[in-house]
Amino acid sequence: MWSRRRALRMLAAAGACAVLRPPATASAQSRTVLTRPIPSSGEALPVVGLGSWITFNVGDDPVARDACTDVMRHFVAAGGRMIDSSPMYASSQDVIGYGLHKAALTERIFSAEKVWTSSGAQGHEQIERSRQKWQVRRFDLLQIHNLLAWQEHLPTLFAMKAAGQVRYVGITTSEGRRHRDIEQLMRSQAIDFVQVTYNPVDREVEERILPLARDRDIAVIVNRPFRQGALLRALARQPLPPWAADIDCASWAQVVLKFIVSHPAVTCAIPATSNVAHVRENMNAAYGRLPDGALRSRIIAAMERA
Amino acid sequence: MSEWWTYRLTSFLLFSPRTYYRLIELYNLAIWPAQLAGIAIGLAILGLLIGKRRHCERIIAGLLAVCWLWIALAFHYQRYAQINWAATWFAVAFGCEALLLVVVGVLANRLAFQTARGGVAWLATSIIAVAVVGYPLLAALTGRPWTAAEMFGVAADPTAIASVAVLALVRGRIRWLLLVIPVLWCAVAAATLWAMNAPQGWIVLAAGLLALWPALLGSPHDAAAAMR
Repeated sequence: MWSRRRALRMLAAAGACAVLRPPATASAQSRTVLTRPIPSSGEALPVVGLGSWITFNVGDDPVARDACTDVMRHFVAAGGRMIDSSPMYASSQDVIGYGLHKAALTERIFSAEKVWTSSGAQGHEQIERSRQKWQVRRFDLLQIHNLLAWQEHLPTLFAMKAAGQVRYVGITTSEGRRHRDIEQLMRSQAIDFVQVTYNPVDREVEERILPLARDRDIAVIVNRPFRQGALLRALARQPLPPWAADIDCASWAQVVLKFIVSHPAVTCAIPATSNVAHVRENMNAAYGRLPDGALRSRIIAAMERA
Repeated sequence: MSEWWTYRLTSFLLFSPRTYYRLIELYNLAIWPAQLAGIAIGLAILGLLIGKRRHCERIIAGLLAVCWLWIALAFHYQRYAQINWAATWFAVAFGCEALLLVVVGVLANRLAFQTARGGVAWLATSIIAVAVVGYPLLAALTGRPWTAAEMFGVAADPTAIASVAVLALVRGRIRWLLLVIPVLWCAVAAATLWAMNAPQGWIVLAAGLLALWPALLGSPHDAAAAMR
């Protein structure tokens, strides 16, 4: 029997094929932003999003707030949609809300937030505070940050989804922590998203979590694509290899992002930056050709040499 | 916290170095000329320690309490908490230190300083002088603007270093009660600066430990004897 999820998955796969064409047939000149469908709904998401960890935590510094607003403006202008934050990121939520309001971007983004409190009773209140800071009508996605008190928060988030107060529900981890618990929840709960760390160096999720996400129709958000910049600092010593041009990359940052989003289970990578040049560079990775299996192996080899 | 061993110092850093120093710069601009009062208080404490004037213990405790309370409210609670949610707790800790100084030092008059002579006292007064006059120079030496200088009395790190140096000279076990928060702050500040790859993390830790030296020498009587 065909479930709604299964039907959406087929539609989603068809959509993905339309956008994520294989390298041999893709055009380098194409300016259609690469998207991936959210398996549970079929809604298309651009493969590069925007994180806010550290970079958007600038307090009430008006100069820095305006710089973050510029980053969001260029991100959306380049076709980006998902912006991700958390109550843990101190003033980042306020800064996002300030920028979205000032640049009139609220209706054009996909808002991804988290609940981060050990008290289940305070979850709803914290989500409402976050919503007010973002100045949005509702969040598109609410995730349980680092699985903190997930037993208490998950029923709240599912109830909110049923009531139309949020569109998707997810869970997060980073830097390889609690992968067993993540797997268990992916198997047992009807979540829409999972957020994990993945890049050419941190590839543990390739073994179980990414295949499981495909099997269970769960969208995957990838955090820490550059290991908080350390990966790019290490690669800066190496010249960009000629094969980077084969996947329309002009920088190591684009090579790393294309490696990540070329995995078929990945929906969206969320590099964080407070620099307009960097967000434009990152968004260029959401265009053009993606690496095939052989090129992915060459990227891994290049990272291991760095 | 599960899998705590997988966390590094940088895992707890919520902001970039640029944001941190910009926060200090904006704070300095907002409170000017309170920095001058801070320096004046620092020099007054130094003079009182050397001169051993009548009631100097009470006055020193009161002046330090004013600095700790100011930093608790004006820096930690109003500014630093914007980019670091833990700063609300830092404000509480700094407020507690101010309260301790008032209760123990001003109201109960329980502070008695070792004689300001000898190598130990020279070390303590030198560290206080460096914290008051030298620490602000670190901004320029590390490529930051003068407006981002951290000044005694209004900035947490030089105030904590100087406070350790002052309180380590206090006779009796009561000094340990007063030293806990300043010493812990030196450790927190050093860890934050290390996470930001800022070289002054070593300076804060080294100055804090050096300042603690008189208190670690032994019993107050031994220390006093060593100074004679």
